[in-house]
Amino acid sequence: MILTGLCLTFLVFTLTNLYPNLEKLAKTQGNFRMSDAEVTSYLEKNGYLQPMFVKYGEWLGVLPSYRHENADGTIQGRCIRPGTSPEEAPNFCGILQGNWGFSTVFKDEVGSIISTRLGLTGKLMFWVMVVMVPSALILGVLAGMREGSKTDRGLSTIAITTTATPEYVSGVILIAIFASSAAGLKWFKGTATSAMESANFENFALPVITIALYGMGYIARMTRASMAEVMTAQYIRTARLKGVSFPNIVMKHALRNALIAPFTVIMLQFPWLLNGVVIVETLFNYKGFGWTLVQAAGNNDIELLLGVSVVSVFVVLITQLISDIGYVYLNPRISVS
Amino acid sequence: MTDDYDGPILEIESLSISFFTRLREIPAVMDFSVKVMPGEAVGLVGESGCGKSTVALGVMQDLGKNGRVVGGSIKFKGRDLNTMSQEELRQIRGSEIAMIYQEPMASLNPAMKIGRQLMEVPMIHRGSSEKEAYDRALQVVTDVKLPDPKRILDAYPHQLSGGQQQRIVIAMALMAEPSLLILDEPTTALDVTVEAAVVELVKELGKKYGTSMLFISHNLGLVLETCDRLCVMYSGEAVETGSIKDVFDEMQHPYTQALFRSIPLPGADKNARPLRAIPGNFPLPHERPPGCNFGPRCDYFEAGRCDATDIRMAEVPGNDRHRTRCLRFQEIDWQAPMEAGDTTLKSEPGRVVLKMDNLKKYYEVAANALFGKRGDTKVVKANETLSFEARESETLAIVGESGCGKSTFAKVLMGLETATDGQILLDNRNIESTPIEARDTQTIADVQMVFQNPFDTLNPSMTVGRQIIRALEVFGIGTNDAERRERMLQLLDLVKLPRAFADRMPRQLSGGQKQRVGIARAFAGNARIVVADEPVSALDVSVQAAVTDLLMEIQREQKTTLLFISHDLSIVRYLSDRVMVMYLGHVVELGTTDQVFAPPYHPYTEALLSAVPIADTRVTKKHIVLEGDIPSAMNPPSGCPFQTRCRWKSQVPGGLCEKDVPPVRQLGDGHQVKCHLSDEQLASMEPVIQIAAE
Amino acid sequence: MEPLNWFEIITRVFIQFIPVWVALVVVFTLSMVYKRRLGLYGKLFDSTIGMIGFALVMFWVFTGIFGAMDLIITHDPLSQVSGMKNKAPGTPLAGAEEGYYPYYLFGGDNLARDVFSRMVKGAWVVVQIAPMATVFAFMVGITLGLPAGYYGGKLDTFLSFLANLILAFPVILLFYLLVTPEIVDTGIPNYMAMVLFIFPIIFVGVLLNSRYRTQPKVRTPMLIVVLGIMGWLYLSLISQPGTALKLLPDAVDLFNLQGGILVVFVSVVFVNSPTVFRIVRGLTMDIKTRDYVAAAQTRGERPWYIMLWEILPNARGPLIVDFCLRIGYTTILLGTLGFFGLGLPPESPDWGTTINDGRRLLQVYLHPAIVPAVALLSMVLGLNLLADGLREESLRD
Repeated sequence: MILTGLCLTFLVFTLTNLYPNLEKLAKTQGNFRMSDAEVTSYLEKNGYLQPMFVKYGEWLGVLPSYRHENADGTIQGRCIRPGTSPEEAPNFCGILQGNWGFSTVFKDEVGSIISTRLGLTGKLMFWVMVVMVPSALILGVLAGMREGSKTDRGLSTIAITTTATPEYVSGVILIAIFASSAAGLKWFKGTATSAMESANFENFALPVITIALYGMGYIARMTRASMAEVMTAQYIRTARLKGVSFPNIVMKHALRNALIAPFTVIMLQFPWLLNGVVIVETLFNYKGFGWTLVQAAGNNDIELLLGVSVVSVFVVLITQLISDIGYVYLNPRISVS
Repeated sequence: MTDDYDGPILEIESLSISFFTRLREIPAVMDFSVKVMPGEAVGLVGESGCGKSTVALGVMQDLGKNGRVVGGSIKFKGRDLNTMSQEELRQIRGSEIAMIYQEPMASLNPAMKIGRQLMEVPMIHRGSSEKEAYDRALQVVTDVKLPDPKRILDAYPHQLSGGQQQRIVIAMALMAEPSLLILDEPTTALDVTVEAAVVELVKELGKKYGTSMLFISHNLGLVLETCDRLCVMYSGEAVETGSIKDVFDEMQHPYTQALFRSIPLPGADKNARPLRAIPGNFPLPHERPPGCNFGPRCDYFEAGRCDATDIRMAEVPGNDRHRTRCLRFQEIDWQAPMEAGDTTLKSEPGRVVLKMDNLKKYYEVAANALFGKRGDTKVVKANETLSFEARESETLAIVGESGCGKSTFAKVLMGLETATDGQILLDNRNIESTPIEARDTQTIADVQMVFQNPFDTLNPSMTVGRQIIRALEVFGIGTNDAERRERMLQLLDLVKLPRAFADRMPRQLSGGQKQRVGIARAFAGNARIVVADEPVSALDVSVQAAVTDLLMEIQREQKTTLLFISHDLSIVRYLSDRVMVMYLGHVVELGTTDQVFAPPYHPYTEALLSAVPIADTRVTKKHIVLEGDIPSAMNPPSGCPFQTRCRWKSQVPGGLCEKDVPPVRQLGDGHQVKCHLSDEQLASMEPVIQIAAE
Repeated sequence: MEPLNWFEIITRVFIQFIPVWVALVVVFTLSMVYKRRLGLYGKLFDSTIGMIGFALVMFWVFTGIFGAMDLIITHDPLSQVSGMKNKAPGTPLAGAEEGYYPYYLFGGDNLARDVFSRMVKGAWVVVQIAPMATVFAFMVGITLGLPAGYYGGKLDTFLSFLANLILAFPVILLFYLLVTPEIVDTGIPNYMAMVLFIFPIIFVGVLLNSRYRTQPKVRTPMLIVVLGIMGWLYLSLISQPGTALKLLPDAVDLFNLQGGILVVFVSVVFVNSPTVFRIVRGLTMDIKTRDYVAAAQTRGERPWYIMLWEILPNARGPLIVDFCLRIGYTTILLGTLGFFGLGLPPESPDWGTTINDGRRLLQVYLHPAIVPAVALLSMVLGLNLLADGLREESLRD
């Protein structure tokens, strides 16, 4: 897993530190009419022209940071902040030392930007999970309980429709129906900017529902398939012919077996959820993590983009780890061997 | 409940069950009647698709969405199950009627501890407390003779072996002391020796609890051993019912007779007394003929009479409740000897074609599945010092249960794996370390294989003809497509399939037909050695005989060496010239068929012989039940591989069995045994199977 | 002129779609008549859900095709008509000249373009890219997934690691990294195209070679012809004047994709192939234990024959179902790209871009965003229903 993390961050690092990006960075930081020589000297000064692996090591904090002696004798470097002397500055300052770099767009420490933005997105995700997971599971279990019944048909159609509706479609439709002045309902607000300080039902419901809907359909279908399969298993027949009543069959015998597959799915949904988060935050102007990603990527903010990437990659990897652990926990066939 | 009730426990009266699909109604069971008296065990016998399991599910009123009882009544202790409400049925299921299924693993909830699953039954039906239920579970688990009951109650199903799981399923059925126990092929998924122990247990417990049983099986021998009465089914109808003795010895229906003639009983011989396969195919439910369902395949068929109207069951006079569904049963001379089939001369084995010398195959397996990368490997000895010779046109049977290493041996011979040590000589050329990619076309074409599972042996998305032609292409036979097609048609003739089958897809073929295509494919390159891995064990009894005979016939014509892998000793005895018995990778006994089937035996062979059910009332068997299950090849016992289950172990002094692997002992005439028993002890063994004089 | 009311709008839209209706009716009648002879496709017509899905999908396919032939559209999707900015559906064209369609059926967008015509043209973008990209993703996934599942061991570990690497990457980030103009300038997408697009050639080459291995006389000419043509197409496809890859002189360069499409195409293929890889790998591991695979092995077939001719055809059921779902998913991805203004040119009529354009004024004007949103929704829904119908029918036998 750590290997995966390293590979991915290196990949992101390489892609963001390609020469055209750097050239653009130099021009945005300096001025747009810089000559090629000026660009080179700027990059040279900031250590951008070292080999990729060295830069990566420095950024990670396993190699001593680059220092450049200016013509006037002052030394500048990544670790040296304005106001501290080069001698006091530490040698290593990568993400391992907690130094995430400096955002050129927000003019702030990447670390602090990410932590506040992540907090905001966390709030959003929490409510998404609260809405999505139980409703998806209930929907799936109800549909899969009696395969082929009317309930099943109805619920499955709902589930298919929501999976066919990406966030930017459902978001647009929801805003159109519930928030626009054209349709006139105006139950909710079409933006969630105010939800950053104080989230309430009015300004937060639409973004939460928008993300939840898409994921919900998928998880519900998985649960349904898994439930339907379990319900046809021999041991369910055993239980039925043992005289267990139908509610008890579902609760005691089927549920645990049926939840094994969806659980992994829920966890593996995270990379997709992140996708949804980015779309919804942009759509509703909620300045969270996804919004930051768009800003960073759109404005060539290398350090911020790197930070965002690292965090998202690790969020994904951690969820995968949790899914593995949970799978073992839910499935006795693995845990005891 | 109605404990003072003394009528029949179960009384099925002209029951009809149909399944409904989008296209049509498919009658699965028609006009079926049976009566089970208290304490009686009734067997339900028939080939797959004859409706025997549907009857069981009908009794349980669990036919699924598409199935429905369309006529007749099912009375349990006098109350009609068809008219009961769901709640009433739930009361009866599990407490009054219990069921045991074919696959024990699938019928236990994988995510629930055994104890919980058992305790559920009394807690539902008797309102017992946890404590009472637990005590009851403990007692029943002890009853089914499982070691360490407490530990087992606390285990999950996957931690037990197949045999143990089946015992748990039996225990679960007995938790509430039901009056009727339905067993649906309870031992098909188990090994023969384990099966024998489970059958023994069922019989014993049935007596102990006074339970009536409905025993569903395709195996006549098993029914003979377990039941008092039996009912033979064919294509949705009962064709003959009666007591075991009446039906076995005085059968009154042509199907029953044909069935008995197609199974290899002791005394059958491939040359002198060949089996008689039932001609034709089992009719599909919607293609049943008018009148007698068996008519088109019957030797005694009389046109205009047998196919005129539906035939009712008729009482056979003189016998106790013996009934048959045949119009002509009183006209047929049932005692007439079977028309001798084409007897053939025993073919003499030729020169040695294949020779195995001290062949060994070891696998390295990661000892711990989760942390296997640390280099902790364990050596699994799949084959240990295998030595034998096989001659031209000889049939060598390899007998053993799961884990005995017979499949590994086949893989090494085919070149899918290479041997760890020892040699395989094909025409005096070493091939043990030549993987199949490195073998020349001739060698590959010479050694071919027939597979076990007919539903798996053909590629489902290629036509039959195409698959055979591909084999011809690979073996370099024929110079152009037209020649190969001609040859393919000849091969279809060889396996007695119509040429029109060339353009069919495998799913349009029946199991036996697929197996024939598999045989045709194996012989496409004029194979000289054919490894047949349980080629008939997945087929129905009546088809088995036909496929076996086909194999024998081709073998005779082509002078093929046949290595016949099987666990079924009846068929081995019928067709093989020599027999090799394997246990956990070791050859424990090797000799001609007569030598192996007569004393002195290896103790394992002895137990195996005793375990195989034989459908013949004249046969008396010595009763040997092996304790426990087959050890895992991952973790074999020390010393002799069989010592953990051997009943003779105490007779060998000094605990030799636990210390040393026994040497191979020559008993003369090429008969060899791997055992520590002394010559006197071996000589003192009595035959397991004895046929009463007629 | 008076603006049209809703009934008139619907009637006129219906009339505009006449070629599509005709095509749909023809397809359905033919399929219903011959459904017993058409295998799995024929069985689809036994399931209501499958038929609805198929109808929706084919509706958009025909719309795309006829739209591309300028049959359905009422106006040029790029031309702006003054006075039509953000006008409601059914608004008559101010000062319409002779020969012009007198109404904006679904209104005008914020640049005064016809929403209806843009929607129809947008269908063509999706219908072109989504299935092709999915086909390429399947080629890549199958060519790598088969050996990974069949051989297992180190190869499998390595390929699965790569696949998981890509899967663990948030899709949106990947797009941002791949599709930004700076990265496009470095030629990375072109190099990726070079790698990804070679898989169909490998696939077909191996497929034919393994089948005709025993008959060199048939095989060699066939391989030369097929691979030659495919190689030419491949080179034409990847060589782009003005980019890092200029492999073919213009004279033999058959076609050039318009800027941006290639990049979008590559990234969509790249994102989809690991999932396909995982599915194929799983199916292969399951099917390789079957006896017919063992039978092929014992008659000395080469591994690639077994993989491509024994295993792959028998994995087709789940793969076809996934193919339908994946086209839907690719459509969503394309929309996402458009939504963020990545890749495709800003005036492109594809649905994602139009939704993005429309959403800015969503509080006031609904139609510019709602129309493409509903179009995309119905298309993806159709694909999902189709997949569901196929799954149900293929499980039935």
